[in-house]
Amino acid sequence: MLTFTLRRLLLAIPTLLVISLVIFLLVDLAPGSPMSEIPLTVPPDVRQKMIEALGADQPVFYRYFLWLRQFFWVEPAYVIDGWFGTTWAEGEQRILSWQSRSPVFTIIGQRIPQTLTVIGTAYLVGVLIAVPIGIYSAYRQYSVFDQAGTLFAMIGFSVPTFFSGTLFIIIFAVWLGWFPTKYDTQLVVNDWESFLQQIKQMALPVMTLGLANAGAISRYMRSSMLDNMGMDYVRTARAKGMSERTVVLKHVLRNSLIPVVTVIALGIPAIFGGAIITENLFGVNGIGAALIGAIHANDIPMVQTLAFIFAVLIVLFNLIADVLYGLLDPRIRYD
Amino acid sequence: MKLRTALLGAVAALGLAPAAFAERGTDGEVKLTFPQAVSIMNTYLSGGTKDIYAASMVVEPLAGLTPEGVLVPKLVTEIPTLENGGISADMTSITWKLIPGLMWSDGTPVTADDAVFTWQYCTHPEGGCSQATKYEGIASVEAVDPSTIKVTFDGPKANPYTAFVSALSPVLQKAQFEACLGAAAPTCTDANNMPIGTGPFKVTGFTVNDTVTMAMNENYRDPAKPAFASAVIKGGGDAEGSARAVMETGEFDYAWNTQIPPDSQAAMSAAGKGQFVVAFGTLVERIEMNTTDPDPALPEGERATAKHPHPILSDIKVRTALSKAIDRTILVEVGYGAGGRPTCNVIPGPEGWASDNDGCIAQDMEGAKALLDEAGWVVGADGIREKDGKKLKLLYQTTVNPIRQDFQALVKDWWTELGVEVELKAIDPGVFFGGDAGSPDTFQKFYADVEMYANNSESPDPESYLGQYQCKNAPSPETQWQGENINRFCNPDYDALYATLATTTDLAARQDIAKKLNDMVTKDSMTVIPLVHRGTLSAHSNALGGVQINAWDSELWNVADWFRVK
Amino acid sequence: MTEASTTPPKPASQMRDIWNQFRTHKGALFGLITLGVLIFAVLIGPFLWIPEKLTVAEAIKLKNQGPSLRFPFGTDQLGRDMFSRMLLAGRVSLAVGFVAMTIAIVFGTFIGIMAGYFRRLDGPLMRLTDMFLALPLIPLLLVMVMLFRDRVAGLIGPELGAFTLIVFAIGITSWMSTARIVRGEVLTLKEREYVLASRSIGARPNRIILRHILPNVISPIMVAATLEIAAAIITESVLSFLGLGFPPDFPTWGRLLFDGLQYMQVYPERVVWPGLAISLTVLSVNYIGDGLRDALDPRIRGR
Repeated sequence: MLTFTLRRLLLAIPTLLVISLVIFLLVDLAPGSPMSEIPLTVPPDVRQKMIEALGADQPVFYRYFLWLRQFFWVEPAYVIDGWFGTTWAEGEQRILSWQSRSPVFTIIGQRIPQTLTVIGTAYLVGVLIAVPIGIYSAYRQYSVFDQAGTLFAMIGFSVPTFFSGTLFIIIFAVWLGWFPTKYDTQLVVNDWESFLQQIKQMALPVMTLGLANAGAISRYMRSSMLDNMGMDYVRTARAKGMSERTVVLKHVLRNSLIPVVTVIALGIPAIFGGAIITENLFGVNGIGAALIGAIHANDIPMVQTLAFIFAVLIVLFNLIADVLYGLLDPRIRYD
Repeated sequence: MKLRTALLGAVAALGLAPAAFAERGTDGEVKLTFPQAVSIMNTYLSGGTKDIYAASMVVEPLAGLTPEGVLVPKLVTEIPTLENGGISADMTSITWKLIPGLMWSDGTPVTADDAVFTWQYCTHPEGGCSQATKYEGIASVEAVDPSTIKVTFDGPKANPYTAFVSALSPVLQKAQFEACLGAAAPTCTDANNMPIGTGPFKVTGFTVNDTVTMAMNENYRDPAKPAFASAVIKGGGDAEGSARAVMETGEFDYAWNTQIPPDSQAAMSAAGKGQFVVAFGTLVERIEMNTTDPDPALPEGERATAKHPHPILSDIKVRTALSKAIDRTILVEVGYGAGGRPTCNVIPGPEGWASDNDGCIAQDMEGAKALLDEAGWVVGADGIREKDGKKLKLLYQTTVNPIRQDFQALVKDWWTELGVEVELKAIDPGVFFGGDAGSPDTFQKFYADVEMYANNSESPDPESYLGQYQCKNAPSPETQWQGENINRFCNPDYDALYATLATTTDLAARQDIAKKLNDMVTKDSMTVIPLVHRGTLSAHSNALGGVQINAWDSELWNVADWFRVK
Repeated sequence: MTEASTTPPKPASQMRDIWNQFRTHKGALFGLITLGVLIFAVLIGPFLWIPEKLTVAEAIKLKNQGPSLRFPFGTDQLGRDMFSRMLLAGRVSLAVGFVAMTIAIVFGTFIGIMAGYFRRLDGPLMRLTDMFLALPLIPLLLVMVMLFRDRVAGLIGPELGAFTLIVFAIGITSWMSTARIVRGEVLTLKEREYVLASRSIGARPNRIILRHILPNVISPIMVAATLEIAAAIITESVLSFLGLGFPPDFPTWGRLLFDGLQYMQVYPERVVWPGLAISLTVLSVNYIGDGLRDALDPRIRGR
């Protein structure tokens, strides 16, 4: 397993390089220009000057290698300078966003906390709701609980977040006045009151996203549990006189986790990728909102960097899922 | 850290100040929300209106414009005119006098050098300054003495109030931006995000594309203002959410650009927490007629160029009929409500500049049908008009936007009634306005028969705006499809008359020429079919006083006068 | 399962067995009937329910009406009959949902089984999956429109062209999770005793896959399929915001839902109809999936 992991990690490097090039070419080829948000009153020659000032008129491969160098050399050097006071990155240009002219990593740094707290919590809440619902629904298939769980899951994934989010705003913010509709990113949590406020402002986005996530995961959990419930080894375990609890939670659950692990491993990079619609709706300044804003403004350095980090996470979590498969089912061998 | 120390010093100084300061900063915090978040606080590098408005709370021009479109001094003692000698008799220079004792928010004095530097900053060839047109035609900007700025033009300038006028052209602090000239401009992240200014507020925190936090500027020139001790601008979401946060939940005091359907406007106003305000500038939603043939069968490079005139729309009768068939009053009612009014002009305001042309307001379906009959387009078996075996079929494109899609549906219904077959197309606004020469869907390429969007003049004087319709500004493959003359309108009379506008200095004469030019592209040639004169709709809470919405300058132009209604 | 693979099956009776089992599943029957009614309504409905021809001025006076006999679902902001729009929209949305789902599921399952079963293909195929997961969706779609829209439209006409492009775009951007899930399952299945047994008696891979692997991954595939239909119907509405969708006067459920959103407070029924239609579709497909899963499982069928 260790050699497998190491080999996969080594293989990941060329894979990621290819992915980064494909992303770059794709984003570059996409129609649109960094000038699309500039008012029409700005004349074409001024626009041309602005494009030149951004360096957006350089050949695509020049810009790709510039980005590679900045990503793999200048940015790490900058971090090391920050830690040890060295001057490796001095005079070097960091990756700058075309839209805001701020360093891309500063923007990402500003946004990671919200992404993790809001989107991460929503995902966690989703999993924590979904797994028990899935298990119990399968254990008592076609019971009232199962039917209710099915309905819940269906609503969760057939209702898009732009709809459920707006509905929650109208119910909980406009009618009941319980929660704010706009997320205050400047809120500093330092006492009980501000903590309560933080919980309040997280409530709506977490509810919206949690519902959507829980719907999908609970369906996979239930179906996988059902598949295993009828297996011979379950009958054997029961015949041996094991308690229902042990049978269900130890034997069946462990064997049912493979598809669930896949779904969750697919979902974790998506946390970083953010929840574009939800973030926009509630004004949570997460990574997703940054990505969509950058795409609309054709901010190639920002899109490229975010998409690449996303790719790294996807490759990483795919690997973690593979390792977990091996742990859950020792029969799976990769070598 | 340095800034923080300076702040503390300023606060200490405030404690010793006389009682005249009593009113400043007594009203707590004012909270604003923008549907698009602020990306940068430097007007000259900015990507759009949202940034310019936010920056206008911090950095200021020498003079601004009132909601009536009249100049108002900001950093200067008076507006220079021919009468007071501020403008030279030959109209080649203008001299501004700074208010004595004016200070930046960091406590250093504002001098004429700052203005000179600002000019250098924006005209640097590598800087990519987005407001470069404001400084066009300027030979030099000099500091005659520390409080006198003299702007000299290349020749007589009819409208000398471009540089340092309105929120589009604020004065930057030389000390802060000195190292940021030219290619270095984008690298000065701190200066670009937290510029030092003379406005009522100063930036205390900036998160890109999210929030700007501001505190009152203790060195603001009016000791009694601003009434608010701090301000915050939260960005992101949509117009709906912004409006709701002011009008229904009361989380925010002011929301900019809350363009929502008229029904929702009424429902939100009924909540009684705030009100919508609207400012009418020159923004006109219009349908542009393609004078060239966009037929995909034509070879690339000749498609939609002056080489091939449009087979259907070259006939003015057809264009007139298409305009007559539209009921603009219904369009306003459906799309904008109080935020719009029907118009037949490209320049609908301000008073004095707008032509009295209103012949298109009343719909005339029968007249339109008669015109098409006259033009030889007769109704065929399927209800679609034909001429020489060719169907009267038009492709009508615009951007993806719910109001525009409603307009498309309505106009399609009217034109179908007229016997015109209409195909609709909606394009992502980023692509449509992006101007990427590689994409077939940009509004400049105009690979459609008619297209709809909105445009406006950024100043009350529409000289540069009217310049768009000159022959030479037509986009074509030779210009990489850049150019503002979208419908390739080309009329030598127009160009000649426009040339006289630049040399005419008398206001009444200028207005007269502008009206004639406006009529030439609208009612005389029907190349542009104006539909709706759009206002910008914003919302403010009933607890916020002093709001005076402005279409000619930043909407937040008088934020210093805002106060809390108690 | 071992039992099923050793006794030679009689296809006709097996199909009947499956149907008999399926019939006893109440939810599945409900799903089948609901879906049938929906499909019937959108196919036949537009011929039976022809909205009145109104001029714009007349229609505008009737805008934003509630449900009535004249307008069973009310009217929209331009006075158009919502019922006939819902029916027309349903044709497109159901067609897009099912075709795009089929493309994504078939392709995803194929990739997943290949990667899971053949170790040599695992690496390249999974890296391909990673790449598709990592590609930013919107630029990908915009590039696809730019490159292919005019060509496809030129070949098969604008509306069919738009349909083809849409289902293809949705299919190509949503097969990855199915592929990953199927692969994960196949990895454990291929080490099961009955597969080893089958392999040791010399069965060819395609037989093992079809007889032993595929039937056992059917339940996650069914879940993925239900998720996919909902996602495809919604994604279609997102695509229309990129100019990739159908012409703007062409209603679809996703677009009606999105359009109704800004009127949600004033006229809530405007979002209820499309929302209900999408949910009913997803719910019925899910129950059919449940029923099929049970019916295909010989152990349950025996009971």
